[in-house]
Amino acid sequence: MEQIVELLQGPWPWYVSGPIIGTLVPLLILIGNRSFGISQNLEHICAITQPKFVHVHFFKYDWKASIWSLVFAIGVLLGGFLSSVVFVNPEPIKISLEAQQMYASWGLSAATELNPNEVFAMSAQNIALLLLGGVFIGFGTRYAGGCTSGHAITGLSTLQPQSLYAVIGIFSGGLIASQLFVPMIMGALS
Amino acid sequence: MKYFPYLIMGLIFGFTLIKSEAVSWYRIQEMFHFQSFHMFGILISAVLTAFVGIQLIRPLLNKPSMEGELMEIPQKRPGKYSHPLGGFVFGIGWGVIGLCPGPIFALIGSGLFGAVVVFVGTLHGTWLYGWVQHRLPE
Repeated sequence: MEQIVELLQGPWPWYVSGPIIGTLVPLLILIGNRSFGISQNLEHICAITQPKFVHVHFFKYDWKASIWSLVFAIGVLLGGFLSSVVFVNPEPIKISLEAQQMYASWGLSAATELNPNEVFAMSAQNIALLLLGGVFIGFGTRYAGGCTSGHAITGLSTLQPQSLYAVIGIFSGGLIASQLFVPMIMGALS
Repeated sequence: MKYFPYLIMGLIFGFTLIKSEAVSWYRIQEMFHFQSFHMFGILISAVLTAFVGIQLIRPLLNKPSMEGELMEIPQKRPGKYSHPLGGFVFGIGWGVIGLCPGPIFALIGSGLFGAVVVFVGTLHGTWLYGWVQHRLPE
């Protein structure tokens, strides 16, 4: 029993996590011919909450056909809760030495939790940054028709060229943001 | 009750995202600076496992799934510019904030309030997309 709890507290290496995530693709087909992905829920939530007097045609569709996807997202919330509130990882995060030095050079304190307070603590400038970043994530995943799960995992594993183009776009954007923008933003935040 | 299996699938996904540390801003910056194999390992092994899984269930295609609908290989919508351009915009957000949509949901579950703020941003981005969608190149 203790061993099981220890296992559930993690952290899990990539060769355990990756295959678990990948297995969801065929499983979701077997369960109900569903395509593994999460970002379509953003569209559904907009469709559900669109007020009657607003007429954005894009959000006028039968979202009830996608209840499965919303239930999946609720599952992700629950999984996040269980894995970080119930089965808490007792150890601090182990990032590579090179990355640790880079974060120190950006003026960040040593990493202990999964995400830095310098970026996620509620200050006016952080809230503005997080909102703006969110706008890019929401706009981009909807325009691309998928995110890391829908395109990089489902799309690549089913050999779809559109997903390869999407993944090339995602990584180009990410490289530019992480290598150019993040050091600038960190300089401005500290 | 019909949707219960999806709750479990989502739960496994969210749990694994946290345990793998794919929800970590530090891990994402480390990936985009090529300082660790960890994130690439997750993505590559997930794609390979999914690929093998799809090959295994290939004989079952066009037969009913557990829910009854016929099983098919999922198809992404067609288009020429939307996938790379949308991907690029998403990548900018991912590179700065260090969270993609799966981790946003998982971290909201973990109680990180900053993830709720990002989520509110993603809904606004989705709105913006829905509003200008017919004017964007497909």
